[in-house]
Amino acid sequence: MRKRRITLAKVAAAFGYAFLYLPLVIVVVYSFNDSRLNAEWVGFTLNWYRTLFADDDMLVAARNSLVIGLCASAVSTVLGTMAGFAMHRWKTRVLPILVLTPIAIPEILVGVSLLIFFVLLNFTLGLVSVAIAHIAFCIGFVAIVVRARMAGMDESLTEAARDCGATPWQAFRYVTLPLIMPGVIAGALMAFTLSIDDFVITFFTAGAGTVTLPLQIYSMIKIAVTPEVNAVSTLLMLLTLLLIVIASRLSPSLLRSQESTP
Amino acid sequence: MATGAREAAQARGKWLVSGPPILYLLVFFAAPTLIMAAASLRTPGEFGGLAPLVDEAGKLDLNFDSFARFFTEPVYLEVFVKSVIFATATTVLCLLIAYPLASVIATSPKRVRSLLLLLVILPFWSNFLIRIYAWMIILGPNAALARGVNGMLAWFGAGPVPLLFSSFAVLVCLVYVHLPFMVLPLYANLEKHDPALLDAAQDLGAHAWQRFWRITFPLSLPGVYAGAALVFIPALGIFAIPDLLGGPNDTLIGNLIKQQFLETRDWPFGSVLSIVLTVAALALAGLAAWFGQRATRARALVDA
Repeated sequence: MRKRRITLAKVAAAFGYAFLYLPLVIVVVYSFNDSRLNAEWVGFTLNWYRTLFADDDMLVAARNSLVIGLCASAVSTVLGTMAGFAMHRWKTRVLPILVLTPIAIPEILVGVSLLIFFVLLNFTLGLVSVAIAHIAFCIGFVAIVVRARMAGMDESLTEAARDCGATPWQAFRYVTLPLIMPGVIAGALMAFTLSIDDFVITFFTAGAGTVTLPLQIYSMIKIAVTPEVNAVSTLLMLLTLLLIVIASRLSPSLLRSQESTP
Repeated sequence: MATGAREAAQARGKWLVSGPPILYLLVFFAAPTLIMAAASLRTPGEFGGLAPLVDEAGKLDLNFDSFARFFTEPVYLEVFVKSVIFATATTVLCLLIAYPLASVIATSPKRVRSLLLLLVILPFWSNFLIRIYAWMIILGPNAALARGVNGMLAWFGAGPVPLLFSSFAVLVCLVYVHLPFMVLPLYANLEKHDPALLDAAQDLGAHAWQRFWRITFPLSLPGVYAGAALVFIPALGIFAIPDLLGGPNDTLIGNLIKQQFLETRDWPFGSVLSIVLTVAALALAGLAAWFGQRATRARALVDA
């Protein structure tokens, strides 16, 4: 009796996994399909990848995404590590609210409020405004990962360093930082991925002239379905997959980070 | 004296470390949000944006016109209600699909557990637009699914229905995109359940269904509420999915907000819509947290 219920749940779970993966598999498979219509399998080709690498708009978009992603992850890793450290050490009240709200509210709100903000300040929308916006929501994710790492750390090590005469900075630099490093790197990779993938906030803060990969994909699929999008999607998925698998190896708590979001 | 100096150094250190992130988020998150809230009380400018704060007659530009517009023109309330319905349906469907997934992961052997969990999370990390695009392919008019469904309908003598650009497409994709948010908190809860409780219930003669409905499900309520909040809030503010997969009648509040800021350029009204969205989202999150806490307390009683 009990065994049957478990089997039923297993079948349902298998359907769940199929639901999660089938759409992505279809995107990847059709990127090698020798047909303009994403409708049925015709034959194998690498033409869509050739088209992709000859597409100047796409290459510019990829470069922009890379530049924004690197800047945003660098700055948000520093600020996020500080925030995660402070949240663990001092149990402040303001910081968790400021850090977690941007990732808890609908993204569109962050996007439109930054749009008003930049326009009212006469700040030109472009790479810089997008990077600033990305940093604002990446800080929270880095802080969560770093705080989780600090919570698993033996506090007495830092105290021992202080007792041996280390300044607070020395204790942080030579004891705490090396210990939380896997968390910091995982946070940086996560911030980079989030920045590269972000569509909604970028959509509002990029202005008319600046295009990132997701914005380019959006304008392409808004017009028509073309296998070139499958090709860029496949490459983007590979990159994300790689970064996230590395990050989750470095910081197993990453798997749980979503729970602490609300 | 020495302790006083040390405490002062401590306080300085605290501000040195927490100051920069606080400052950054005050400037680039809190300030823009407050400015947006204030913009809801202004008049739209002639060429978009905002009218001058003080006009030539020296009159201060502060009014509730945009709020009045939202509450008096039924079309906007309709869109809001439709958004709430879509978000609610998404939450319920996610729960139905996520429950078996989470319980199978939670009851699987420890060594495969983290792999199964990673498999749920990975799609969440693939690009949001790619996941929408995938459904444009699957539901497209030339794809096997549409041809199969319409072939069957024709067999019954019914006319062909478009799968893409419909409410159905919007709902399927909303569920697809938000599913991992429901699985994670549910799993975190189910993992902590004591299997001895189920064995005891079985010894006392409870059927599989009774064991689920009277033990597992009530105990999992904190996870259900957390997951519901994590799905409902982003689903309520979505604009890209109806934009790309919906028909002309599938405008949701997110689309309306986008329209006000990028097309009509009516900032005050766009801000009103954003405030309505925020209040609705926060109210529901608060409600979920409250229910979750009550359920946790009830659970603590059981554990004791």
